Amino acid sequence: MTTIRNFFASGTPWIWANAGAVAISIIMTVGLLLLLAINGLGHFWPKDLMLAQYLQPTTSGEALPREIIGERVDWEEVPAERIISSGIPVDEAQPLYARELIKIGNRDLNGSDFTWLLSDFLSDIRYPENLTAFERREWGNFYGYVREVKEAGNSVVTSDPENPDDAAAWNELQVRIKRALAIHEEIVTLEKVEIGEVNHALERLRLRQRGLELRDQTTPESLAEIAAERAKWDSYYETLQTRLNMLYDDIERDTVIMLAMNDQNTEISLSDIVRAYQPNGMHIGNKLVVYAQKLWEFLSDEPREANTEGGIFPAIFGTVTMVLLMSVFVSPFGVIAAVYLREYARQGFVTRAIRIAVNNLAGVPSIVYGVFGLGFFIYFLGAEVDQAFYTEALPAPTFGTPGLLWASLTLALLTVPVVIVSTEEGLARIPRSLREGSLALGATKFETLWRVVLPMASPAMMTGLILAVARAAGEVAPLMLVGVVKLAPALPIDGNYPYFHLDQKFMHLGFHIYDVGFQSPNVEAARPLVFATALLLVIVIATLNQLAVSIRNRLREKFKALDM
Amino acid sequence: MTELPSTSNATTPDVAAASVFPASAATLSRRKLRHFKDKLAAVSIAVGGLGVIAAVLLIFLYLVYEVMPLFRGAVIQEVSEFRLQEQDNSRVLHLALEERLAVAMRLGEDGQAVYFNTADGAVVSRIPLQIPVGQTISSFALDTDVSGIVALGLSGGDVLIAQYAYDVTFGVNNARIVTPVIRYPFGSEPYDMFNDEPVSRLSVRSGTGELMLAGTSSSGVVTLLRARRETNLFSAFNAPSDSDWEVETATLNGVIPSVDQLYLDVDRRWLFALGATGRLSMVDVRPAFTGGTSVIEEEVLLVESPLQLTEVSFLLGGISLLVGDSSGNVSQWFLVRRDGNFAIEKVRDFDAGGRVVALSPEQRRKNFVTANEQGYIGIYNSTAHRQVAYEQLVTGVPETIAVSARGDGILIETTTGNFSFWSIENRHPEVSWEALWQEVWYENYQEPEYIWQSSAANNDFEPKYSLAPLSFGTLKAAFYAMLLAAPLAVCGAIFTGYFMAPAMRQNVKPLIELMEALPTVVLGFLAGLWLAPFLENNLLGVFSLLILTPIGILLAAFAWSRLPDSIRYRVPAGWEAGLLIPVILLVGMLSFAMSGPIELAFFGGDMRSWITNDLGIAYDQRNAMVVGFAMGFAVIPTIFSIAEDAVFTVPRQLTYGSLALGATPWQTLSRVVLPTASPGIFSALMIGMGRAVGETMIVLMATGNTPIMDINIFEGMRTLAANIAVEVPESEVDSTHYRILFLAALVLFMFTFVVNTLAEIIRQRLRRKYSTI
Repeated sequence: MTTIRNFFASGTPWIWANAGAVAISIIMTVGLLLLLAINGLGHFWPKDLMLAQYLQPTTSGEALPREIIGERVDWEEVPAERIISSGIPVDEAQPLYARELIKIGNRDLNGSDFTWLLSDFLSDIRYPENLTAFERREWGNFYGYVREVKEAGNSVVTSDPENPDDAAAWNELQVRIKRALAIHEEIVTLEKVEIGEVNHALERLRLRQRGLELRDQTTPESLAEIAAERAKWDSYYETLQTRLNMLYDDIERDTVIMLAMNDQNTEISLSDIVRAYQPNGMHIGNKLVVYAQKLWEFLSDEPREANTEGGIFPAIFGTVTMVLLMSVFVSPFGVIAAVYLREYARQGFVTRAIRIAVNNLAGVPSIVYGVFGLGFFIYFLGAEVDQAFYTEALPAPTFGTPGLLWASLTLALLTVPVVIVSTEEGLARIPRSLREGSLALGATKFETLWRVVLPMASPAMMTGLILAVARAAGEVAPLMLVGVVKLAPALPIDGNYPYFHLDQKFMHLGFHIYDVGFQSPNVEAARPLVFATALLLVIVIATLNQLAVSIRNRLREKFKALDM
Repeated sequence: MTELPSTSNATTPDVAAASVFPASAATLSRRKLRHFKDKLAAVSIAVGGLGVIAAVLLIFLYLVYEVMPLFRGAVIQEVSEFRLQEQDNSRVLHLALEERLAVAMRLGEDGQAVYFNTADGAVVSRIPLQIPVGQTISSFALDTDVSGIVALGLSGGDVLIAQYAYDVTFGVNNARIVTPVIRYPFGSEPYDMFNDEPVSRLSVRSGTGELMLAGTSSSGVVTLLRARRETNLFSAFNAPSDSDWEVETATLNGVIPSVDQLYLDVDRRWLFALGATGRLSMVDVRPAFTGGTSVIEEEVLLVESPLQLTEVSFLLGGISLLVGDSSGNVSQWFLVRRDGNFAIEKVRDFDAGGRVVALSPEQRRKNFVTANEQGYIGIYNSTAHRQVAYEQLVTGVPETIAVSARGDGILIETTTGNFSFWSIENRHPEVSWEALWQEVWYENYQEPEYIWQSSAANNDFEPKYSLAPLSFGTLKAAFYAMLLAAPLAVCGAIFTGYFMAPAMRQNVKPLIELMEALPTVVLGFLAGLWLAPFLENNLLGVFSLLILTPIGILLAAFAWSRLPDSIRYRVPAGWEAGLLIPVILLVGMLSFAMSGPIELAFFGGDMRSWITNDLGIAYDQRNAMVVGFAMGFAVIPTIFSIAEDAVFTVPRQLTYGSLALGATPWQTLSRVVLPTASPGIFSALMIGMGRAVGETMIVLMATGNTPIMDINIFEGMRTLAANIAVEVPESEVDSTHYRILFLAALVLFMFTFVVNTLAEIIRQRLRRKYSTI
């Protein structure tokens, strides 16, 4: 007893309790990162396809065996009571039942991609090597056997699904998928780039004409000129359209007959297939290749199926563009403000008050900045800009609607305190002797600042900027109000004049997470992708932060040496 | 903080020119250029710096600028004053303004609708109503200004239903041409209500394809008349003719003793009969039509004698009855369901300043306008219980008033036949301190409540702008977040700042900084899609984890202290946190492993349904507990960094002194370090609180966003920030709703700014104190 009393009297348990708090924080952080990494990276791994018989008891007593083909996704234990209440008469004596979530794909045939099955009633589980998985542009994944490849409705080659060694159709299919993918690539380029250019040119012609009409400057010549140009673009469009139609006919040429579970035959056009693989037959090297391909597709491709499949390239691009544009605004102004506060302003109560105020602005909720951006930048400034410069487009707003420029400005306001604080700290660290040396040699104050102080403070500015970028990249709430959309039709930078579209709405990684995770109709299918997006965002932001920290540390070391 | 060289180093060009250094003309001009550059830089940096600071302050000013109009009253301006040309002496029955204010209509007792210009009183057209020859108007009733349907009781016992309206066409250059018309949507033939007796009192209510009249004859018989459109196959193709109406009548004999006024409610279910003494009797009219007998369901005295009722009118929507009396009081009454019965209850009072002579509701908002006998006009909003204007507009006694559809114009006719027309700017009458922060008794509710419900499908909707549930939700979310974050972060900071071995500290600090950098959208996503279902399925495991972890830590500590020294000395002091990581992981696994069997044994296998069914506590999947965990996670690093800073910078002399005097490390910490660092820890908590209050994405994603006021940890909430994010994009610019959301943003801004400033001042004071030690 006394040992315990002594133990408590010594205060050791409280020290350990405090240590426990640190340990919990560490576990939480690391655990969260691991959770993201496992869920996010695991998604791209080509999982084995299971073939099994499922025989679930029914209330009526008759049992209908079902064939199941799919990927195992999740597993959990459920009390028997809950299963019974959902209408499956299982034995109550067994308290817990394991059930697993199987991705059965084939949404066009089954209605949904996923199904929960009770593990106890799964039997005869096999992994046939010729089970094939398709990733499709519509309807999600397809799982089944390749039975027959057709060209323009005529059979080219057939295979026996029962015989795993009969790979003739599969081999033929792979060649033809490559061809279809190449055509698809061409179609996308044609639609996005060339037809996009035509549309853009026609729209500009319309605006030019409207502008002339508004200013009462229409002359027969100018109208004729516009009409001629329009006719030129129209005829160009005609040729593009014919080419496009030909490509569409081409890509629709090949089809494949697939045997899905429960002996369902279905015909799939190769134009629908993004990727095909037979995971059960692949060895680890092949799987790694597919894994890398899928990862690359995720990073470099456009989203499909309401953002639940495909890549997130537009979101990455939008985030980066917005953050860069924001840096252009925030770094000079933040540095000037810091230099003013530290070097030029008289140090007194007012300066101190301003400094505290600026510091605290970093703690003001970001949504407040969003509200300000929406009210002031978009509804007030943007409307004025439209009135002054874009009258021909009215009543459709150009800058009077959320867009890239306003989003960047809003985030610049949000992050300017970060840059100011960091730069000021850097300026304060520069030893006074250096400044005095420069001034004693006859340099003016500005020359001292420009040649001595600022170069030495540049790492601090860099730190501030990186921290600002990291904060901006992760911010979502204000962006929801000032310019981010779930699906932008075009990137903010493209080949059409004026090349950099400041008025365009854009996609953003953070908003992508929110949107796909919470507004998407098929959350179960989208979840792995959201995990991957979240992981990417965390990696980017963590890297930026670590960069800022290491620059800051190096800077500290440097000035420690100077101070001696 | 290093003191900086003052600006005195910058010499002026004059001094430079008189310098002792030899100078050629070229050097001189160069020197001048350099000084010019210096000055230029100083000016531009000052301008730029102040500009940035001003831009940042602009946020505050702009928010205030957007919010200010909410609290401004109505502005009333005179447009014109006139007498009608060709004025007749018939008494006015009804006065109405056209939507764009250019034309008004006066319905006189002589059965003529006179349409006139509101600028000068010039008569536009004069349309006589189709009153049968030989009859005169003996009573009048208005459905609503929105429908424009009026009922005229005639001396021959007939009732004529007419509708005043305007045909709007667009001419050249889109010029709007307004042609006044009188329509007869329920047939141009009068309905026969009392055979030959004049109709002395009348009330009318119309709905789509249905009309109900209630009237009394001069002998006091109360009769109800219902007209419905016969729905046959061909009626849709034919122009409606009089014969299409199926008419039923019912008589309420002797049910109501003395009737002074009659009012039918909007659902055509209740008949309110007002007696001369101010007694209101409420009768359910449905039994009268189905062969039963209607009886008085409820009686209430609207005014105490000797006061008299002067004006009675329904508010927009037809739910509330406004009652003006001779003392100048206007009271609002509506039906409240209590224990299955309906009761008429007084909701609130307004002061109209003197005997109420005219009372008119607005057509799109819950506003009403009163006129008293001194000629004062008052504009009120019922929900907000607010008087937005009270001004003397006419010198005579007002006879009747008309309020325009948008509430932006008012036309007054005095007893002497003078007209005066005023424009009103009254944008945000719905807002008052009471409406925003106090319990408000809304229509169709049983009692005053705090409700946020900003929009609805129909026009009659009473917007409910109580910020109380949102503020409550904000504080609730912050409270649960702090419940998790405060102990973890502060304890962690104390250990890291004071006990932890430097080598471990070097690794822990960046990890916490990384934690701070995690985007909240990621935390929100994990909370909503991973943690919420996880908690729902593993409630017991989480609860046992919360209980077992502290026990496990203490047991581990005790076990460690009992270990032989040879093992203990292998791990240097300050690595306890590292040792505890496997312990906590083990405790976690244990909690989840044993939760299954315990749940089966005690909670029927599912704790979540046990909570809902056996304890009767509502459980949302996305609830305050999920928010507490996720937002707590977001707040921990903020508190941790600042608190750790405060603990770590406590001067070492103090602790060494204490230790040298024989105090244990724990005694030194609790008696020396903590008291010194406590202001810093306090400011850390405040800043953490500020962050929790303003966080948007986590709450948006991890709760159901229902604006309820309930402290229950298993239910969600809606916070100010999340509410802004959800509603701002959809609110109409410069509407009341929009400005209230700006007000919410301003509240958030002010709250966090004040909290952070306090925390910052405390920290600076602390720093100054340390520097003197």
